[in-house]
Parts: sequence; C-alpha cells; structure tokens
Amino acid sequence: MGQKRLKKPKGKRSFWQDLKKNRILWLFLLPAILFFLVNSYLPMVGIYFAFTDFNFKDGLLGSPFVGLKNFEFLFISGALGRLTKNTILYNLAFIVLGNLCQVSVAIIISQLTGKWFKKVNQTLILMPHFVSYVILNVFAYNLFNYDHGLINNIVVNVLEGKPVDFYTNAAWWPFIIVFFNIWKGLGYGTVVYLATITGIGQEYYEAAKVDGASVFQQIRYITLPGVKPTFIILLIYSLGGIVRGQFELFYQLVGNNGLLFSTTDILDTYVYRATISNVDYGIGTAVGLYQSVVGFAIVMVTNYCIRKKDPAYALF
Amino acid sequence: MKSQRIFNGIFYPLLILISAICVLPFLIILSGSMTDNGVILREGFSLIPKQPTLEAYRTLFQNPTSLISGYRVTIIVTAVGTSVGLFLVSLTGFVLSRKEFTYRNQVSFLIYFTTMFSGGLVPFYYMMCGVLKLKGTLTAQWMPAVLSPFLIVLMRTFISSSVPDELCDAAKIDGAGYGTTFTRVVLPLLKPALAAIGLMLALGYWNDWYRSSLFSSKSNTWSLQFYLYNMVNKANSLNELANQVNIVIRDLPTESVKMAMAMLVTGPVLLFYPFVQKYFVAGITVGAVKG
Repeated sequence: MGQKRLKKPKGKRSFWQDLKKNRILWLFLLPAILFFLVNSYLPMVGIYFAFTDFNFKDGLLGSPFVGLKNFEFLFISGALGRLTKNTILYNLAFIVLGNLCQVSVAIIISQLTGKWFKKVNQTLILMPHFVSYVILNVFAYNLFNYDHGLINNIVVNVLEGKPVDFYTNAAWWPFIIVFFNIWKGLGYGTVVYLATITGIGQEYYEAAKVDGASVFQQIRYITLPGVKPTFIILLIYSLGGIVRGQFELFYQLVGNNGLLFSTTDILDTYVYRATISNVDYGIGTAVGLYQSVVGFAIVMVTNYCIRKKDPAYALF
Repeated sequence: MKSQRIFNGIFYPLLILISAICVLPFLIILSGSMTDNGVILREGFSLIPKQPTLEAYRTLFQNPTSLISGYRVTIIVTAVGTSVGLFLVSLTGFVLSRKEFTYRNQVSFLIYFTTMFSGGLVPFYYMMCGVLKLKGTLTAQWMPAVLSPFLIVLMRTFISSSVPDELCDAAKIDGAGYGTTFTRVVLPLLKPALAAIGLMLALGYWNDWYRSSLFSSKSNTWSLQFYLYNMVNKANSLNELANQVNIVIRDLPTESVKMAMAMLVTGPVLLFYPFVQKYFVAGITVGAVKG
C-alpha cells in the first residue's frame, strides 16, 4: 500500500483515463459526436457571416467585414421589428390557444363515457398530425381559392355574395394560420394531456362519486387541479421557444406571396428566402443569429421560472 | 348518473363537430381527386364528387415518371434514414443511460444545447453544400434528421426505466461486453420504444419537402412531397407533365390531377395510420410523462 505512485483521490479521474476505461462507450458515442459536430457545432462558426457583406466571389473568408451593418439595416428598415412582432404574437396565440384547446378536449374525453366513441374520436383528431404541410397547402388551396375554393363556392352559390380574394388580403391570415396550427396540433397535444390526466389517481374520482359529485364537479375539483401543474409547465416550456417560428406552416400557407407578408412574415421564413431566393447570406445569418441569441436568453429565463415552480421539471 | 348524461349530451356533439373538422379536408381532397376537372373549374371543390371519374388517376398512371421518381426518392430516404436513425438513436441512448459513463450529464447537455442555440439556416446550408458538397444528393435529405435530441432523450428515458440495471450487471458478470449487452440484453427489451421512435422517424422522412427544397436541384432527387408542392404551386411542372403526356395544356386535368397526386402522396400514411396509431400514442405518452 502506497509503494506505487500516488493515486488521485478515489472517484476523480482524468479525462483521458476515463476515455480509456469507458472506451467502448465512447466508441458507441462517436457517430453522435461526429453528427452534432458537423450538423450543429461547426456551423456555429458560420455566425461570422452575420458580420460580413457576403458574396460568392470572395467566399467565406474573403467577403468584406462590415461589423454590425447588417443588424443596423435590419433594425432601421423595420424588418427586425416587424418579423419579431409577427413571430412572437403568432407563437403566443399558438401556445395559449393551442394548449387551451388541447387540455379542454383531453378533459372532455377523460370524462366521457362510451369507449368506442372515444377511440374513433381520438383516431380522427390525430389524423392531421400525420399529413405533411404540403397537404395542408392543398387544403388551404381547396378552401380559399378565388375561383374554385369551397368557401367562395358557398359564398357565391349559397349566400349569393361576391367571392373573397383571400390571397391578396393580409388581414385574414392571422386567423387562418392560427386555426390551422390548432387543427394540426390538437390530436397530439390531447394525447399528451390525456396521459397526464390518466396519471391522476382513480381513487379520487371513486371517492368523489361516492360523495355524490357530478361530472362537472369532478372536473372542477379533481381534474383541473391535477392538470394545472403540467399545463403551466408545458406553457412555460413552450414559451421558451417563442422566437422560433413554425416555418413549414407559414411557408406552405403563404409561400412567396409578398402581399401577405405584413401580417404573416416571420423570422424563419425571412431567413429561408434570404438563403434560397435572394442568396443574401450576410442578412440571413444576422437574422438567424438574432433569433438564436434572443431564443437562448428566453429559454434560460423560462427554465429559471420552471425551476422555481417545480425543480423536478427543470431542464438543468 | 344524471350529470353524466347532461355532460354527454353537451360534449358528444362538440366532439363530433371537432372530429368532422379534422377529417373534412381529407374528404375534400379525396372528392376533388375523383371529380371531373371541368366540374371543379365551373363549380369549385365540394365534399361529394358531382361527376365521379377516375380520369385524374388515369392521367397520373399513364405517364408515371414523376410519380415513380418521387416514390423512389422518398422510399429510399425514409428506409435509410429510419434504419440508420433508429440504430444510432438507440446506441446513443444506451450510452447515455449507463450510470458508469462519467460524462453522461455533460454530453446530454451538449446534445440538448443544439436545440437551444444554433448557427441558423445559412451556416447549415453552407456546411452541407459548400463544405460537405452534398448538394443534390439523397444523403443530404436523410442525414440532418438522423439523430434528433428529442428522440435520443426519449430513448434514454425508455432504457433507464425499462431495462433494469441488475440485468445488465448480470450480463457483465457473465462476461458480456457492452456490444453484447446492447444487442442481446437491451435491444430485445426495447421493442415498443423502437416501434414508436421508428414510426416517428419514418413519418418525418416521408413528409419532408424542406430538405428537398434546399438540396435538390434536379427533379430526379425531389421527394414525393416536394413534387406535390411544385405541382400545386408552379405552372412549370404542369407544363412538364403536359409535354410527357402529349396533351394540350388546355385539356390537362389540372385541378383534379393535383388532388389525385395529393392522395397518392399521403395515401400510404393514411393507410398505415390505423395500424400504427397505438404505437404512436404509446410513444407520445412516454414522452409526455417524462417531458
């Protein structure tokens, strides 16, 4: 004992020793390490683009460094303000309305009798989750098209009014987009909340029934309080992503229709166009960086709030 | 119970209405795909086909080049992406579930961090096209989604809760290395998780049009969804179809063909859906409970 070289205190091991001891595990982890390096961490270096006036000829390192000029442009032109406002307002509507609808439907389903009806119902409301946003594009087209859309069909033939041109009027679209977002997410969210409700002990309901409580009372005194913590946590958790827009939803419904941009352009669609259509890499990266930084700050804040409320749910 | 009857009386109709709203769009597309195109042009889309015909489907099947190409791309991307993804997600989840892996919290955090902060679309695009030179390949379509932090955490949670440590310890005592433990002990116990995660991966790949729009310049690398997108939105592809079929554009059944294509693109998903629904729900539920 003690003749050999002095060992480090038990439990503390250098990184390289751990690498050697757990080398098989690290080997298993290698694909993931490579993946995240290539897909996420190395591209972060590209943030540098945000500070350049990127053009293809000069490439990555050759484009002139312009400091904060891209941000200045975005700020002064009002683009950043408009995009941020749209992104946040839409997400607020999605999160609050969406979660409210989902939890309500879940509560209703949990108290309804009729096993077969509930199963069929759940199958039907989950269907929208399975289709792509391109199909959603097709739906919207079916509904809102000026010449052949179902809505104009009814307006013209049944109500004998004039057809509405949805695709040139920006005012309709906040409602349309929020509706479709709720439509698509209802089934999935309902399953999540149902899982929570099922976690509430059956014995509470049994006891309440014995005491003569009506269905409405059971909901009010057992289900609602039981669901509240999860609802709040999910709400706060979703708010963390408030500057990240639902790109596919917006792009498929609105596309490149500039007439609708004032009410429907969000940070993500702007960056997409900057990348694909305009090839304005400097601006595109600047907006993306803005989104990441603000988003990260918000996640830290919301995680802090969750940690105060119920530390078990905090992410870190 | 009386209140139960009142409750049912109010909410049965409400749920029926909600279910109907969820299903309605599919019915409109289905009906549109089976209606005579002239009827659609004159009277618009409706719920019940006014002049039922399979003309649109016939047009698509007569010159199925785009259909076959789209299916080929999507099937390859989905098959490769799902199998590689499932294997890697399980492997990574396995490592992160091992308590003896000293750095598991740090690595988990680094993986999760990528969802909180990223370089954005431009650097990612530059990495894929400029650095890795993957533009125009099928690899670019499945690679970026093959390891998602959400699925890794889901798998890790599942392993931690469903595979008892004693089992792995026993295997180790019997002389099994990690490889054997993973394949012979852990994987067989993971069947429901593999099903749920596999389905989520497959669904994501099948419905993807975004990576096609970013990385596919030539139409033979377009995914099914992207083909549909172009068909609905761009006159050019309709012209292309018209040239293949040798029809004057005026006579091309455009609206109903778009709907038929939509049905063919999403059809497999809707067909499989009833059978796989329970695995999906199980997956979502497990994810929900842990969060």
